[in-house]
Amino acid sequence: MNVVAPFEGIGASLRRKEDFRFLRGRGAYTDDFNRQGQLHAWILRSPHAHARLTSVDTAAAAKMPGVVAVFTGADMAKDNIGGLPCGWQIHNKDGSPMAEPAHPVLAADKVRHVGDPIAVAIAATREQARDAAEAIAVSYDVLPAVANTLDAVKPGAPAVHDGVGGNLCYDWHIGDKAVLDAAFAQAAKIVSLDMVNNRLIPNAMEPRAALGEFDPTTGDYTLHTTSQNPHVIRLLMGANVLHIPESKLRVVAPDVGGGFGSKIYHYAEEAIVTWSAGKLGRPVKWTADRSESFMSDAHGRDHVSNAQLALDANGKILGLKVHTYANMGAYLSTFAPCVPTYLYATLLAGTYTTPVIYCEVKAVFTNTVPVDAYRGAGRPEATFLLERLMDVAAQETGIDRVELRRRNFIQPDQFPYQTPVALQYDSGNYQATLDQALVTADWAGFESRRAEAAKRGKLRGIGISTYLEACGIAPSAVVGSLGARAGLYEVGTIRVHPTGSVTVLTGAHSHGQGHETTFAQLVADKLGVPTAQVDIVHGDTAKVPFGMGTYGSRSLAVGGSAMMKAMDKIIAKGKRIAAHLMEASVDDIEFDRGTFRVAGTDKTKALVDISVAAYVPHNYPIDEIEPGLEETAFYDPKNFTYPGGCHIAEVEICPETGKVSMVNFTAVDDVGRVINPMIVEGQVQGGIAQGIGQALLETCVYDADGQLLSGSMMDYTMPRADDLAPVSVATHTTLCTHNPLGVKGCGEVGAIGSPPAVINAVVDALRDYGVRSLDMPATPAKMWQIINGGRRMAAE
Amino acid sequence: MYDFAYHKPGSVADAVKLLADPDAKAISGGHTLLPALKHRLNKPSALVDLSGIAELRGIKRVGNAIVIGALTRHVEVANSAEVAAAIPALAYMASLIGDVQVRNRGTLGGSVANNDPAADYPAAVLGLGATVHTSSRKIAADDFFQGMFTTAMEAGEILTAVEFPIVDKAGYAKMRNPASRYVMAGVFVSKSGGAVRVAVNGAGPCVFRQAAMEAALAANWSPDAVAGIKQSAADLNSDIHGSAEYRAHLVGVMAKRAVAAAG
Repeated sequence: MNVVAPFEGIGASLRRKEDFRFLRGRGAYTDDFNRQGQLHAWILRSPHAHARLTSVDTAAAAKMPGVVAVFTGADMAKDNIGGLPCGWQIHNKDGSPMAEPAHPVLAADKVRHVGDPIAVAIAATREQARDAAEAIAVSYDVLPAVANTLDAVKPGAPAVHDGVGGNLCYDWHIGDKAVLDAAFAQAAKIVSLDMVNNRLIPNAMEPRAALGEFDPTTGDYTLHTTSQNPHVIRLLMGANVLHIPESKLRVVAPDVGGGFGSKIYHYAEEAIVTWSAGKLGRPVKWTADRSESFMSDAHGRDHVSNAQLALDANGKILGLKVHTYANMGAYLSTFAPCVPTYLYATLLAGTYTTPVIYCEVKAVFTNTVPVDAYRGAGRPEATFLLERLMDVAAQETGIDRVELRRRNFIQPDQFPYQTPVALQYDSGNYQATLDQALVTADWAGFESRRAEAAKRGKLRGIGISTYLEACGIAPSAVVGSLGARAGLYEVGTIRVHPTGSVTVLTGAHSHGQGHETTFAQLVADKLGVPTAQVDIVHGDTAKVPFGMGTYGSRSLAVGGSAMMKAMDKIIAKGKRIAAHLMEASVDDIEFDRGTFRVAGTDKTKALVDISVAAYVPHNYPIDEIEPGLEETAFYDPKNFTYPGGCHIAEVEICPETGKVSMVNFTAVDDVGRVINPMIVEGQVQGGIAQGIGQALLETCVYDADGQLLSGSMMDYTMPRADDLAPVSVATHTTLCTHNPLGVKGCGEVGAIGSPPAVINAVVDALRDYGVRSLDMPATPAKMWQIINGGRRMAAE
Repeated sequence: MYDFAYHKPGSVADAVKLLADPDAKAISGGHTLLPALKHRLNKPSALVDLSGIAELRGIKRVGNAIVIGALTRHVEVANSAEVAAAIPALAYMASLIGDVQVRNRGTLGGSVANNDPAADYPAAVLGLGATVHTSSRKIAADDFFQGMFTTAMEAGEILTAVEFPIVDKAGYAKMRNPASRYVMAGVFVSKSGGAVRVAVNGAGPCVFRQAAMEAALAANWSPDAVAGIKQSAADLNSDIHGSAEYRAHLVGVMAKRAVAAAG
C-alpha cells in the first residue's frame, strides 16, 4: 500500500530530486547532445551598431576547409523564411497599433545593433565554421547610430527603422489624466523624482545553444534548444518563420542552465539551425560563446522615468503620475512590448491605496540588443520607482518612511482590492510582512549600529521596500484583450501507471526552479504516491501535450493548478472504479492520499488496486468506464496572483573608496502556500542576489556609437558571493484565493523587492550628503563622487 | 583559437632557440595568453610551453634577497614560509592575486613579463626595487617596466627569476575593479634604511614610482605623511569603472593603507 510519508507532501523541505544528476555532472544540456554527421554553425555578427550592407561575399568562405555551406539573408529570402514574430501588440493612445518593423533572421539590407546576425558558416568543426565566418567579405556603409533612450527621441536622431518616425514604437497610456490632474490640484505636497532603471545583461550560466535535425525519410524536424517554453518556440518558429506544421516539428528543451527570462524568446539561431539542417540533410549545432551571449541574448530593464506623487497634509497619497521612456533595442523581441506596459504600469499602485494613477509610456527603438523580460519584467521597474518615491516623499514631508508606508497600505480587510490600474488584488497582509521584517532586521536598533560604524569610519544605512508584484501570468481572455497573441493557460497530464507509479507531463519548464521536486510533492500530497515514484516530464513537445512554459513565476500557480485539476479527474475516475470493485455507490467513495474508502466502513482500495484494474480490466465496468488511468487538464487562471512583502537592506559605505558593502538583508515575503520551504528560500535568495547585482554592480554600457563597452565579464559586474550579505528569508502566508493550491509564486520576488531597499539604504547612509536622486548601480566611483562633492559643498 | 605548433622545451637554452621565431610566444600559466587566443586576438605560429623547465622553479634565499623562479606559481609565493619571514608584504600581495584558480596556475614570470598595468606583481617588483633575471642579463626594476604591456626584454629573451631584496618594511594595498577584480589602484611601499620606494599599479598605463610620496615617507614614515599628497590625475586611466580623478584619489588612500600595513 502506498502511504505517503508526511515529510514528502506540501510543506516539506524535500531535497531536490534533480540535484542527483546535476551534482554528479549528469545533466544533459543542449550542447551535450551530439549526433552522427553533425555540423557546426558559426554566426557572423555585425561589428557595427548601424550600417547598410552593400555586399556580403561568401565565395572565399565557402571554399575553406571543412565548410559545407555559408548562408546569408538572401538565401533565406529565397526559401520565403519569415521574420522573427512579436507575441504582443500594444496600441497607441489614439488606438492605432504599435510600430512593428520586420525582424529578419539574418540581416537583409541593414544591421541595427552590434551582434546582429548577418550570415552563418556551417562546417565540420566549430573552429572551421568560425574560420569561414571570418572569411566572409562584408562591405558596410556605416550609418550614424543611437544607443541612448533619450537620444533616440530627440529631433534629428538617426532612424533605426525606415518608416518609424521618431524611433517611436508606441506611445501608450493607462489611467484618466483629467481625474489625476484634479487630484493633484488638491495636493498639499507633490514630490517629483527622475529615475533611470539600468539596463541589465542576463548572463545565464549556460549560454544559449541550438541543435537542428531533419529526417529526410519522415520529413520530421527536431530542434533541441535552450528554452523556457519549447511549445511556444514550436508555435512561433513553425508557423511564422519556417512554415513547418507542428506535427512535423519537435522542440526539446532539455536541462537548461538558467533563464531569468532571456530564454523565453524565439531567437534567430533556432531558426537558422533548423532550416540549415533541412537544407543540408545533416544535424547542425550552434552554441554561443560568452561574448555572443552579451551581444545577442535579450537584455533587461532600461527605463528612463519621471514620477510625481501627490500627498495630502497627512501624507495620504492622492495620486501618482508617471512618464516613462522604455528602450526596446533594435527590434521587438518576443514579449518586449508588454513589459513596460501591462507588466509595469499596472503595478504602480503597489501596496498602497493610491486612488488615481496615470502613466504614459513611450517605447523607443535604438541601435542596441533587443530588450525583453528579465527576472521580474516590468515589476522591478515599477517597484523601484514607487519605493524610491516613497522614501523621497517621507524625507520631504518629514513623515517617518515606515509610518508613511503604513498610512497608505491597503488594509487586510480591503481585499479583494481594486486598483485604479486594472488589477484586482485577491489577498495580502502588508502590515504583517512589514512588522515581521522590522523585528528580524532590528530596525529599531539601527541608530546604534550606525553610530558604531561611524566609529570605524564607515557610513551605515538602512533601507526598506514594501513591494507587491503580479505573477502567475495570466487569464487568457484578459491578456488577449490587452494585446497578447497567445493564451496563457497551462497544461498538465497525470499518468498513473498500472503498478502505481506516476508520470506527470507538464507544460511548465524547469531551468533551476526545482519543479521535478515541487511538482512531485503535489502528487505525493494529493495522490499519496511517494515522490520517488513520481517522474516529472517537461520540455519536450513530443511528450507533453502542450504548454506555455515558465516565466512570470507562473509554474506552480498555473502549471501546478493544471496538475491539481488533472489529479481531480484521476480521483473522480478512480472513485468510479473503486465503487465497482467494492460494490458501493460512487457517491459513498472517499479518497484521501492514496486510499479509496467506502464512507463509514473499513472497506478500502489503494490507488494501485485501482490502476491495476484500470489497465487490466478483467473485472471492470468496461461499458461504462474507459480503461486506463491518465488525465489531462488545461488550467486557465482566473486572475494574476499577488505576492508581496517587505525587504530591508543594511549597507556600509567606505567613504575613502566609495565601496558599498552589504552587511545585512532581511526578506519577509508572502508567496502564498509554500510547497517546499527550502526551494522557496533558494529562489528568494537567488532573486535577491540579482537585485543586489542591479542595485550595486551590474549595468550595461553602450558608447555613443552603439559599441557595447560592458561586453564581457571584465567589464560587466556580475555579483559574486562576497558581494552579497547574510540574507534572512522568511515567509508570511496569506493564501491566493483563486487557484486550487493557494500559491502565489516565488521566483521573482527577490529581484523585485530588493533593489529599492538597497538603494534606499545607500541614500540613508549618505543622509549627511543631501542625496535625493541616485541611479543604479551604486558603484564605488559613483559613491566617491557624491561623497567627495558633498565634502566640497560642506567646505564652501 | 587559431592553429599553432606546440613545443615543450626542457631547458632555457632550448626555449630561447624556439623563441627565435618572432611569431612564437612563450606560455607559462597562460592566464593572459589563453583568453587572448580563445578570443582570436592573437595568432602565434607556435607556443613555447616553459612549464617543463625545472631550473625556472623555486624560491630561495640568496644573501639578503629572495630569488623566485619565473615558473613559481602565485600560490607557492603566498604560502612560502621563506617569503613570509623575509618579505611578508610580498607573500601577502601574492595571496591577493586574482582568485584561487588564478593563483594555482598563474606564475611570477608570466605576470612580470606581461606587465599588465592592472597586475599585482609589477608593483612589488618596482616597489621593492627588485632585479629581473633573464636568459641573457639582469635588469633593475627601474629600467624594466617601460609602458603598457612593454618591458625592457628583447624578443626571444626569457624571464628566468626575480631577485627581491629583503627590506626593513614593506606593505601593499589595492582597490579592485568591481567587475574584473584586477587592480583599479594599488600601492606597494618599502623602506630599506633611508631608501623609500612607492610603486603605483592599476591607476596608470604602466606601474610607476610616486616621487612625492617617497620623499614624504623618507622624511616621516607614517600613513599621515602621504595623506596630504595629491596624486595628479593627468596621466591616469579613465574608463566606465572610474575616472582618472577617482583613481588619483585612490592612490592616496591605498598609499596610506600600504604604509599602515607595513607598520
